[in-house]
Amino acid sequence: MTTAAATALPVSRRALAARGRVTVNVVMVAMILYFLLPFWWLVVAATKGNDALFSTAALWFHSPGSFFTNLRQLFTYNDGEYLRWMGNTAVYAGVSGVGATAVATLAGYAFAKYRFPGRNLLFSSLLGAIMVPATALAIPTYLLLSKVALTNTMWAVILPQLLNPFGVYLVRVYVQESLPDELLEAARMDGAGELRVLWSVALPTLKPALVTVLLFSMVGTWNNFFLPLVMLNNDKLFPLTVGLQSWYEGALIQSGANALFTLVIAGSLVAILPLIVTFLLLQRYWRGGLTVGSLK
Amino acid sequence: MSLLRQQGSTATAPPRAVPAKGLRTPVAGRRPGGLSARTRHKGMGLLLVSPFLLLFLAFLVAPLCYAFWLSLRTSTLVGGDHFSWFANYKQTFTDPQFLSGVRRVVVFGVVQIPLMLGLALLGALIIDEVTSRLAKVFRMTLFMPYAVPAVIGALMWGFLYSPTFGPVNSISHSLGLGKVDLLSHDLMLTSLGNIVTWQWTGYNMIVLYAALQGLPREVYEAAKLDGAGQLQTALRIKIPMISSAMVLTLMFTLIGTLQFFTEPRVLEHSASSVITPDYTPNLYAYNLAFQYSEFNYSAAISFSLGAVVFIGSYIFLFVARKRSGLK
Repeated sequence: MTTAAATALPVSRRALAARGRVTVNVVMVAMILYFLLPFWWLVVAATKGNDALFSTAALWFHSPGSFFTNLRQLFTYNDGEYLRWMGNTAVYAGVSGVGATAVATLAGYAFAKYRFPGRNLLFSSLLGAIMVPATALAIPTYLLLSKVALTNTMWAVILPQLLNPFGVYLVRVYVQESLPDELLEAARMDGAGELRVLWSVALPTLKPALVTVLLFSMVGTWNNFFLPLVMLNNDKLFPLTVGLQSWYEGALIQSGANALFTLVIAGSLVAILPLIVTFLLLQRYWRGGLTVGSLK
Repeated sequence: MSLLRQQGSTATAPPRAVPAKGLRTPVAGRRPGGLSARTRHKGMGLLLVSPFLLLFLAFLVAPLCYAFWLSLRTSTLVGGDHFSWFANYKQTFTDPQFLSGVRRVVVFGVVQIPLMLGLALLGALIIDEVTSRLAKVFRMTLFMPYAVPAVIGALMWGFLYSPTFGPVNSISHSLGLGKVDLLSHDLMLTSLGNIVTWQWTGYNMIVLYAALQGLPREVYEAAKLDGAGQLQTALRIKIPMISSAMVLTLMFTLIGTLQFFTEPRVLEHSASSVITPDYTPNLYAYNLAFQYSEFNYSAAISFSLGAVVFIGSYIFLFVARKRSGLK
């Protein structure tokens, strides 16, 4: 449409824009409903006992009071194994998250600011490592760790996840963009040693990048399923994902004869609430991380 | 100097993996009582990178080498453990179970990936253009599934699909459509595709949205002056300008699709006749190792799968870079 035509027909153009706005809003509402549906169902289902789960309308509340009964059952079932899984998940996510961030920070900083033998080779293999699918690595890693009798221990889940090539890449990009050499040189001139420069000059500047890497590696570990599934046999070591799946399996095998279905539902709700809250609170950081990702 | 690069300009000129950028260390000679700058660099660099290097060797290089070594051997009760060269690979690429899994994943990807990325792109264009409160709710809602572990996503949808107490059946019944079994043979891939789409659309949308936000606003002004409407601006300017982010989302999605495991594994027990142990290549590798103890063959499949993904994504990046003029 030319400018002349646009000014000649202001009304129809405005009408067109209004219709466009309505369409866009309708699209948004439809998509919101679709994406909320499972969450809505989960909250509703968590208010139902085992019988009501099968007999009442799937998308509406039944007896809100049952929610607390379900919760109590969830935390006491099988000597409170759910709580144990929660604790395991927190340990896995915390230790591998913090560890992976520390390793990635040191390496990313070194790649950006130091020249050392093997640097280029290592950096190109790092870019390759980002593309090696994690699930294809899990079985070989299992076979290797079983050689050294590390499978079925917490280490088997923690150690492999300390390797976070994308985190290294992210820190390196961030260091290059926000940490001028001049600043580091100035600190050196003032007599600061290399570690001191890293600790007191670089780290404070890098804080947003570190939070991003931490957030991503923690969420990655928290959500991981394949690695712990492969590594662990002992249900005392399970994280929530593997534990909930084993309950679900058990419930299906007994075709819902016991209360396991309600436990899976309440357990899922309790498991995702902290994640969603964290995500909403830390929006700024995951967006930062994704931006760097999209710039690659 | 690369350090002075603006955020905005990096969107079109991504930081390249140029060796030694920003490393022009002044030849400071010797610091009092210290080592030369050069030795200092070598030592500190190696020291700081060593934890990463150790992990890299232990959890990437070593497993891959070990898997490769295992995959070249065959272990039978009668013949014992012996070196069999590429017999396992020959078997892999002629194994109808493996090949049918690959075919299934390819069919799945061909339909699901464009749908999901199209939806993500649409969402990104909307939230880039509309700033209402509804748009904010929209952005948050679509991203929420990303915070949900894939297992729990699959569990929730598994319940929703359930023919006995899921809502889908009662809805279709009240609409007079009769019984719909979403866990049946014909609909399983669609049902799995729905779970993956639900889980990942928002993530991809945010990546594309971040790229859109990085575009210089002046271009839109120019387009407006030329009489372009919002739709035209989106189609002719925004979409071409974020092609690099689109390539990236496509690549990560492809890598994810080839590793397809969690969702079929969770639904396996509600539809065991539909989801066979060889349903996807990754499920097949898992079952070979942990159900049938065929570690050598499983290693060959894992290794092939990893190699295909790795080589595939390199070729894809190479072609995409040429096509989209990326550097």
